[in-house]
Parts: sequence; structure tokens; C-alpha cells
Amino acid sequence: MVLDRPEVDDSARAAPPAGTAPRGTAVRFALMAVPVAFFAVFFAYPVSAIVSRGLHHGGGWDPGRIVATATRPDILGVLWFTTWQALASTALTLLLALPGAYVLARLDFPGRRLLRAVVTVPFVLPTVVVGAAFLALVGRGGLLDDLWGVRLDTTVWAILLAHVFFNYAVVVRTVGGLWAQLDPRQEEAARMLGAGRFAAWRSVTLPALAPSLAAAALMVFLFTFTSFGVVQILGGPTFTTLEVEIYRQTADLLDLPTAAVLTLLQFAAVGTVLAVHARIVRRRETALRLVDPAHTAHRPRGAAQWLLLGGVGATVAALLLAPPAVLVERSLDTPRGYGLDYYRALFEVDSRGGSFLVPPIEAVGNSLGYALAATAVSVTVGGLAAAALTRRAGRLVRGFDALLMLPLGVSAVTVGFGFLITLDEPPLDLRTSWILVPLAQALVGIPFVVRIMLPVLRAVDERLREAAAVLGASPLRAWREVDLPLVRRALLVAAGFAFAVSLGEFGATVFIARPDNPTLPVAVARLLGRPGELNYGQAMALATLLMAVCAAALLLLERFRPDKTSGEF
Amino acid sequence: MNSQLRRAVGTALATALGATALAACGGESGGTGGQDGGGSTVTLVTHDSFAASEEVLKEFTEQTGYTVKVLKSGDAGTALNKEILTKGSPQGDVFFGVDNTLLSRALDNDLFTPYEAKGLDRVAAEFQLDGEKKRVTPVDTGDICVNYDREFFAERKLEPPRTFADLAEPAYKDMLVVENAATSSPGLGFLLGTVGAFGEDGWQDYWTKLRANGVKVVDGWEQAYNEEFSGSAGGRQSGAERPLVVSYASSPPVEVLYAEPQPEEAPTGVATGTCFRQIEFAGLLDGAKNEKGGKALIDFLVSTAFQEDMPLNMFVHPVVADAKLPELFTEHGVVVEEPATVAPATIADKREQWVRSWSSIVLK
Repeated sequence: MVLDRPEVDDSARAAPPAGTAPRGTAVRFALMAVPVAFFAVFFAYPVSAIVSRGLHHGGGWDPGRIVATATRPDILGVLWFTTWQALASTALTLLLALPGAYVLARLDFPGRRLLRAVVTVPFVLPTVVVGAAFLALVGRGGLLDDLWGVRLDTTVWAILLAHVFFNYAVVVRTVGGLWAQLDPRQEEAARMLGAGRFAAWRSVTLPALAPSLAAAALMVFLFTFTSFGVVQILGGPTFTTLEVEIYRQTADLLDLPTAAVLTLLQFAAVGTVLAVHARIVRRRETALRLVDPAHTAHRPRGAAQWLLLGGVGATVAALLLAPPAVLVERSLDTPRGYGLDYYRALFEVDSRGGSFLVPPIEAVGNSLGYALAATAVSVTVGGLAAAALTRRAGRLVRGFDALLMLPLGVSAVTVGFGFLITLDEPPLDLRTSWILVPLAQALVGIPFVVRIMLPVLRAVDERLREAAAVLGASPLRAWREVDLPLVRRALLVAAGFAFAVSLGEFGATVFIARPDNPTLPVAVARLLGRPGELNYGQAMALATLLMAVCAAALLLLERFRPDKTSGEF
Repeated sequence: MNSQLRRAVGTALATALGATALAACGGESGGTGGQDGGGSTVTLVTHDSFAASEEVLKEFTEQTGYTVKVLKSGDAGTALNKEILTKGSPQGDVFFGVDNTLLSRALDNDLFTPYEAKGLDRVAAEFQLDGEKKRVTPVDTGDICVNYDREFFAERKLEPPRTFADLAEPAYKDMLVVENAATSSPGLGFLLGTVGAFGEDGWQDYWTKLRANGVKVVDGWEQAYNEEFSGSAGGRQSGAERPLVVSYASSPPVEVLYAEPQPEEAPTGVATGTCFRQIEFAGLLDGAKNEKGGKALIDFLVSTAFQEDMPLNMFVHPVVADAKLPELFTEHGVVVEEPATVAPATIADKREQWVRSWSSIVLK
């Protein structure tokens, strides 16, 4: 194997040499304080309050009723469908996106940065427009229909493909981020020693990628397991996931007892997945030789690599670009022929009455404001958590790691309704405050920050930190001089995700009452909620702007690259 | 959790949290933190479809000295459920947007403080569903009806349907798209309309026939109207195939309003024999911090100024007799003579059961 040093087993790490222990532990606990407090206040407390209200409904606590609800045949059916579609979606996403991760990490070709930004755009699209966009791909008169007469719009395939559409970027960015920094010379060395191309990849690169692969698979699984909009719109009324059912029971029927049981079921499932993930990953993370990504990419060589590049290009074009392209086309398609009429209308106050008191374009400013705030919170809290988790130790820390992932597995409506009944009194009277929006969005952004940064942070060679300490650097200084330069890139990727998550309005924000300053997705939904050509056209134009804003922000992040020398040591 | 414990937990957690997390976004400005207790602000909690012109809200401020803070709280059902959940510690002073399909749920939960709005005598008795106790005040009405694509029927020289019964005729096979009654408010309204028309024991047979006639069910209005209905802008662009959709009686005038240039005739029409009447109410929330301001706001909601402002903002009809309809509505709107109705108490009793059997008839 090509590890830089022998793996030290966990027990040795949990008990560092006497003398350094108290200080290291104190630092770790200090780092953990903020994330722990954040999750306690804005996640654990609201969620447990709403679940316990459901479980105590009617005064009593009745375990029998919980079991009876959890084993109802219709609910078991929902659980089964939720699980298998999530597994299938995850497998399909990995299958289709891994070549993309390789191409974007290792091949150097014109338009690479643009492509990297473009694949992330689907991630931010609000489901109200993705429904329209995706039906254009798999529905009547869609691309597949035109080519082969295949219509998938009421089948489970539509759901699976839409999940790939949304999560492609998760795999490309999470896996690709590490892949780009792996030293290609190791794989080359294996090939020199006689290994075939695939064998070299399997025995050298794959094990090194394993942690980020597992992280990506975990994220995709959690996202698809808790899929809401996609299932609702593309699945029609026949397919339903736990998440959709929890939403129905809570928001439509206010049947909190049933919703609480469903939430516990989802919790149990997600907890199991997190535990399995933790077991798989625990012994796989090792110090790797990380290098500057600028040096790992090369021009495509040979027919196979060109073919791969072409294949990835075709997949991205058909699956990721075609649906949004439909929105762009419709935003330009006015009754008078193609033109910018709908875009111009976005800058005007609606004189007819109605949807907006301000020009819809102001939604762009609102969205950016919320997204910046959410990104700041995500990066601060997530970054501190990742730093605290870098040195693996003890059950407590591992439990904390899993805790940080839980918001991805809990229904947004549960969190949103939990906020309502908990954050209503001083000193935390935040229910009607704008700040709740970025805080709720950060709950989804933080897991991304942690998952993206952790594999990279853990791959930093411990000896570098030790060397810094020996030379007299304080832990903070050591972190700044050793860790930060290496993880800056991962930090930017993570910030990009947190930003995108906020722009796309994932999570509990939909369920938070808010003053009338709509964000982009809210404005799109509002325009789509009324009849009339102009409303529809403006909705398409605004959705196009949303994609453009996202792509521009991600491209901008790509520009902040680490200095040329920082990766070399 | 009891309130003291909650406060203690809240305080402890907030202290533990310190300023760090909040400081991260403290630099962002433009929001108001926390509740505005009493004073010059009155908070209106409502659903996402609420809209009022700036002028009319200014007029309220000039008349009363109160500024209205609007909190949008999700769709109609979600917004109401949130208020039920936070009963006694409401997010605002007045709630607007509970309709006759959900009214009993609000009243059974004692959400509102009785208040008789000034000028209530101008509101027809048929709209005052809580006329005795006056816990809620009617504000607007609207009809949920099947809309049709004029061009489609003109091209085929086919008479558009007029009644519920027509929709089950073979001539209209595979033409109708409806919303899921379990998840959509027009979907539920249309189901209730069929209950009103065919009776509590007759509507199931009717839906069996509709299903045999190829009715398509989608999750929400946006999808039904923008993607499946051939008469909408979205439908035209995507080549939608269904010329009949469950929407509102006011949809055709809105189609005219939001077209450029405005056409002589709306591209869509209304099947006036397929309508269910929705009445929307407002109420003073129990535990309101600014009760006086709340009362003034409810008075204002039934004032002529607000009532005449509503139609072009929310596309609904006024409930007071003296409010004039805008020209757009008189020209392109329809008069629905006898909409189907079901008593709110019956709806409250049977709604879930009806939706369940509807699902098993239409979706399984």
C-alpha cells in the first residue's frame, strides 16, 4: 500500500501521551461548544419539543399506540418505498456521477471551471420549476419521448432520474474535491510495477477515495430518503415517502401523534444509516499525500479518456442541462416571438395590482442577503465542528459527528413547526424574525461543510502538526499554518454548497412565517401560483436568473484558489 | 414541556450559545428581531396568497396610526394549523385566510376572540357562518370551478361542459385534470362541490364515473394549471393535452389582465355548473398582543376601501354590498348563480373520511 505511515489504531489516539492530553481535550471541547449549542437550540430542542407533544397527545404516553402506528401496513409500505427508492437513487447517482467526478478532477480541458459550476446549478433549483423542467425531459413530448417514444412521467424512473439530476453535484464536488488532490504519481507507480489501469485504480485510488465516496453516498442517500418535492411532483399522488407523509400529517392534517411516530421511524432509519457509515469510514481514513490540484490534472490522453470525457459531456447535457434549458427557452418565448419582455417586466412594479409591492428583481437581493448570512453561519459552525472532529477520539466525538448529520434526515416541516412552539419566548423569541431563515438554512448547510472538510482535514499528516508544535507553534498557529492552507479549497467548496443550499431554499424556511420580502424561489412560486401569461413568463425568467446567480456565485468561488505553493510540502 | 421549564432551557441554551452564532449574521441588517409588542404595529398572519396594494395599507395607517406587518405563513391549511399549534402565544394579532372548508377546525380550537366588526351589517347574512358568536368576520368569497380552453372547444366545434354531470360524459373523455383533494385546496373544494351536488351518498358513484372517463389527478394547482391544462401559458408552451381544469371563476379575468396586449375575450371560460363557493374569514387571535390594533384591522378588512382593493390583488369577490367590482371582473368574469355548498360542521365531521374514500376511488 501507499500510505505514508503505518495506521495508528484508535485506542492509541484516544489516549495521547500524558501532558498534552488536558490541553488537547480542552481545545477540542472549546471548539465543539459553539456547534453543540447551535444544534441544541436550533435543532434538538425544537424537534424534541414537537415530537414529544405528538407522543404525549391527549395527556398520556402510550408506547402501545406508537408501536401500533409504526406497524400499520400502509406506513410500512411507505417505509419500504422510501428506503428502496433512496438506495436505487444513490446507486444510480454514484454510477452516473463518478465518471464526472474523475473528468472534472483529473482532466484538463477548456470550459472545465464552467462545467464544474454548471453541474451544481440543478442543486439550487426550486422544485416548483424542476417539475416543469423535468417533465420536459421525461414527459409527453419530452426528449426521451421524441427520441424513443419513452414516457416516464408517472413511473418511479422519473423520481430516480430527478434524484440524479439534483445530486450529481454532491458526488462530483465531494469526491472530486479529494480526487483532485490525490497524488497521481502513486497510481502511476502501481502501473509501473505492472498493475493494469483498472487494477491500479482499484488498489490505489479507490481506497484513498473511500471516505469521500462514503460521504457522498451518505449525503445522496439522506437527501433522497427525505425527498419531498420531487416525489410529490413527479411521482404523482401514487408514490409517497416518509417525508411527504410527515408533511401531510403535520401541515395538512395536524395529526401530531402520527407525525411524531413517523418522525421517530425516519430518525431510526437515518440513525442506522449513519451508524453503518461511521463503521465503514472509521478505519478507512488515513493520512494521504495531498498535492495542489493544479498539478494533478492533465489533458485527455488516448481514446479511452476522450471517450470518457465525451460520455460525461453527453450525460451532463442530457440529464443536467436539458431540463434547465427548457426554462430558459420558455423565459424568452413571448407571444411576439423570442425576446426579453419577461425580464424587463421583472424590473417594474406590477401596476395591475397584485403579487408584489416591489419589482420582482428585488428578490435577487433578498436571496443573496439570506444566502450570505446562511453561508457565514454554516461555515463558522461547520468549520469549528470539523476542526474539533479532526483528531478522532472517543465515542463522544463520534456521536457528535453523527449528530451533525441528523438535520438532513429530519423533515423540514418537523423543524419548522418545532421552531414555532419553542422559539416563542424571550430570550429566544425569534419566530417572526428574519434571522430564523438563514439559521434554518444553515442546519442543512452545516452537514455539507463538515462532510466536505473532514476527509481533507483528516488526511493532513499528523506529523506536520506535531512538527509545528515541536517548533513552538501554539495549536491555533499550527492550525493556521498547517491545516488552513491545505483545506482552503475544501472550505471554498463547502461554502459554495452552503450558499447553494440557501439559494435553493431547502429546509425549514418554507415553514417559517416571514415578512413580505420574498426570496427568489418564493417569488417564483408566487408567480406560478396565479394564472396569466405574464406571470408564467416572469416565473420562468426569475428561475433563469436564480440559476444564473448560482452559477455566477460558484464561478466566483472557483476563482479564489489557493496559492500555487501552498499544496507543496 | 411546561412554560417555566421551557424558559429555563431556553435561557440556558441561549447563554451557552453566547453571541457567537448570532454574531455571524449580526452584520446583516434589514430585519426586525422578535415580536412587536403592542404600540404602533399590528401583525396580520395570513397565507401565501394574501396581497393588498400599498396604497390601501397606507390608508389604514393614516386612519388608525397603526402600521400593518404582514406575516405569510404557508398555504391556507398550513397557516391555520400553525396558529392552532401556537394557540395562546400567537405569531400576530389577526389571522386572515381561514375558509369555510376549515372554519370548524379553527372554531373548535377556540382560536379567536369574538369581535363584531364595524360595518358588519353591510355583509350579507349568507356569508356570516358564525353569525351568532362573531368569532370570525367574512372578508371575501370566490368560486372554485372547472375552467375550459376556449380555443380547444372552438376548433373541435364541441360545446364546453357546463355541469358536474357533463364532465362524466364520453364527449369529454380524458379531458379533465383535477388536483389531489388530500393536498390541494381547490382539489378539496371541487370534491366538496360534488358532495354538495350529488349528496353524501351519491358523490362516490359520480367519481367512479369520472375515473372511468379518464380524469387525471395531480398534486397541486400549479401543476394542474401550468403544466396539464392546454389553456394556460405554460400548457401552451409544453403542448399540454387537457382542456379542462379545476381552477377559479376568477381565472379567466386574470388571464386577460396578465396578457399583453389584453385580448378582447379571455382564452379560458368557466363551467358555471361546477362551482363550489369558498368564503374566507378573518379573526382576532386569542392572546393577541395588540388587541386594539387587531380590532381596527378587522374593521378595515370589511371597509369599502379594502373590499374594492381586493379583487385585483387576490382575485376574489367582496362580501359587502356597496363595494364596486372592477371593470375587468364585470367584463370577463362570470356570475355563478347557484354554487354547491356543504355546511362547515358537516365538512369538519366528514372531511377526512371523504378524502380517504375519494383517494381509494380515484387513486388506487
